[in-house]
Amino acid sequence: MNKELLGILLIFGSTVLLAIPLGRYLATIYRGDKSWTDFLAPFERLLFRIGGIDANRGMTWPQHLVALLTINLAWFIWAMLVFCFQGSLPLNPDHNPSMTPDQAFNTAISFLVNCNLQHYSGESGATYFSQLFAITFLQFVTAATGMAACVVVFNALKEGTAEKLGNFYDYFVKSITRVLLPIATVVAVVLVFQGTPMNWAGKAPLVTVQGDSVNVSRGPAAAMIAIKELGTNGGGFFGANSAHPLENPTYLTNAVENFVLVLIPLAMVFAFGYYLKRPRLSYMVFGVMTVGFLLLLAPTVYYEMHGNPAIAHMGADQRLGAMEGKEVRFGAAASAYWGITNTVISCGSVNSMHDSHMPVSGMAELLGMMTNAFYGGVGVGFLNFFVFVIIAVFISGLMVGRTPELLGKKIEAREMKIAILIALLHPLLILTGTAMSAHLYAGNPTEYAGWLANPGYHGFSEMLYEFTSSAANNGSGFEGLGDNTPWWNISTGVVMILARYLPIIGPVAIAGLLARKKFIPESAGTLRVDTATFGVMVFFVIWIIAALAFFPALALGPLAEHFTLY
Amino acid sequence: MKTQLLPALRLTLALMVLCCVLYPALITAAAQLAPGHGAGVQISRNGRVVGFANVGQKFDKPGYFNSRPSAADYHADASSGSNKGPSNPEYLAVVKARLDTFLLQNPGVKAADVPAELVTASGSGLDPHLSPAGALVQVPRVARARQLDEARVRTLVQQQTETGLLGPDHVNVLKLNLALDALAAR
Repeated sequence: MNKELLGILLIFGSTVLLAIPLGRYLATIYRGDKSWTDFLAPFERLLFRIGGIDANRGMTWPQHLVALLTINLAWFIWAMLVFCFQGSLPLNPDHNPSMTPDQAFNTAISFLVNCNLQHYSGESGATYFSQLFAITFLQFVTAATGMAACVVVFNALKEGTAEKLGNFYDYFVKSITRVLLPIATVVAVVLVFQGTPMNWAGKAPLVTVQGDSVNVSRGPAAAMIAIKELGTNGGGFFGANSAHPLENPTYLTNAVENFVLVLIPLAMVFAFGYYLKRPRLSYMVFGVMTVGFLLLLAPTVYYEMHGNPAIAHMGADQRLGAMEGKEVRFGAAASAYWGITNTVISCGSVNSMHDSHMPVSGMAELLGMMTNAFYGGVGVGFLNFFVFVIIAVFISGLMVGRTPELLGKKIEAREMKIAILIALLHPLLILTGTAMSAHLYAGNPTEYAGWLANPGYHGFSEMLYEFTSSAANNGSGFEGLGDNTPWWNISTGVVMILARYLPIIGPVAIAGLLARKKFIPESAGTLRVDTATFGVMVFFVIWIIAALAFFPALALGPLAEHFTLY
Repeated sequence: MKTQLLPALRLTLALMVLCCVLYPALITAAAQLAPGHGAGVQISRNGRVVGFANVGQKFDKPGYFNSRPSAADYHADASSGSNKGPSNPEYLAVVKARLDTFLLQNPGVKAADVPAELVTASGSGLDPHLSPAGALVQVPRVARARQLDEARVRTLVQQQTETGLLGPDHVNVLKLNLALDALAAR
């Protein structure tokens, strides 16, 4: 078998194998059972004492949301201040300037909502202080926020009736101390030993062999890159993200970075089964997600490995695949695998430039973000999937003429309204944003000429991608888009906020409402949700709601480009 | 919300010490044991730093193995890809021009022997590598410019080829060219 294909197969296989025990571990620590990391408990108690927090107090679902939103608001203000004044703050050896207010707004939101859309380049647009105290910090805490919200939903789905759904701070802090920090430390150490910088001096000036003067950007990169991948954040230390040879120096670092970004979203699925003691349920979820993932992965690998037909036409040798925007050390297969894992999961880091991918690959990446539930981001991916499960239960219930029930709780009008609103929010934000931008551009192509690096269908795809990435809290981009303008900074900023908090509030509210309801024990008339049949049902609900809603837009962009190229 | 604000701020402060001071300090300490001590792996010649092992640099003279086209022109403080779409006519014209130039500079080479990475820009603009084929196709030109035996230059490329267990084989252009200089000086 081809070495490149074998590589991605091994990366995926090892991720699944490790996600299962990690899932069991996650269930153990969130349940509060005995685990081998209990030696960290005194340390956590110290954190709670500093915070003045009683981590044993149960919270209702509205209390969870208030706690979550309050702490997020504090982070937003902090990040906004850092970006606006970074030029005058310490740890700025390269003397990079402060951000403009609209760019700071976009960047602060972007990292606050785990999106990591970047309208700046790390080398010149951020300082070591902002990279650490704003960006790295948010990369830890926003991942933990998503995980904590997810555990609240797990709690609500337990048997019986409950008002209190655990303690938000408890889940949040444990996610950092017992999951994110230890794994990030291991990954960062691997990175520094493979050649990723972790230093505090500024650029290194040197004269090359041919006599050119260059400055090599460095900095405390390894620590940030580890959590950037692990927390499915995706915002790069350097402008070229994980395509940069210091951010991702070798095939090994590429495999490790790609491995950890898939790890927690997968483990969360298995944790769900262990937490509720219903392992079959997590197999169903894992099965649906994996089928969706593979359906997007296969065409992408195929088209990237086969190269650009327009270049083949010139006669060049494309045995290595479509090499525009790709690095030789990774090759086409690992770049395609990275592209799809980073879009189905809302990580959004890149190791090759998505703007230069083949049209079908670009479409698969768009679809990954449009569905946003085939694995999905840490914690929140599962929440998105949960919304689709609610809808599928309701439709299945109607089809077979039974009261729709999920795990012994009736799904009624109120829950359905929330679920449908959340499911439709995503296409609404993406399509409205893209339509408004396309309208602006078409009305005055000369004024907005700086927006699009590519003409025609591909230019439309660039705008569609930007809003899809913002709404999916993904953060990757078709970076040919000239996006550091007030329009793009503000519009995508607003989309990012709505698309982060509503899809957390919605599922937590549904779960909270369900938890209060009377528990109906399973009987012969119960709709079983842990079966393959129900899995197929969920798959089609996702496909119809999330994917087909976008078909017209995809036809105008990547599909039209595909048929002009081939 | 008000009652939650103070705990939120205090917890944030504590976590900041953990994630932004202690954790980076630990990684910085670990980096001291790593090659390059966390400052990037530098390569020196005659006591002068001529580059970073992992950061590609511009080689466009006929006597050197040329590196890939770069959208960042190998400015190592402004990494960037071209972000050109696959069907962009302007972009395709640039690729065609690169191919024609390459064929002109390397007489005797057919288009079908030119690996695509030599006519396309990398993702970072700082790709330090070529595929073995991308280096081998340049051997006749380099040998001629250096007045070296082709076979010796080809052996050099083979010696510098890094073969991993997984992933594509590759050649570090900087290391290859330094070895080439050493060979020519002998």
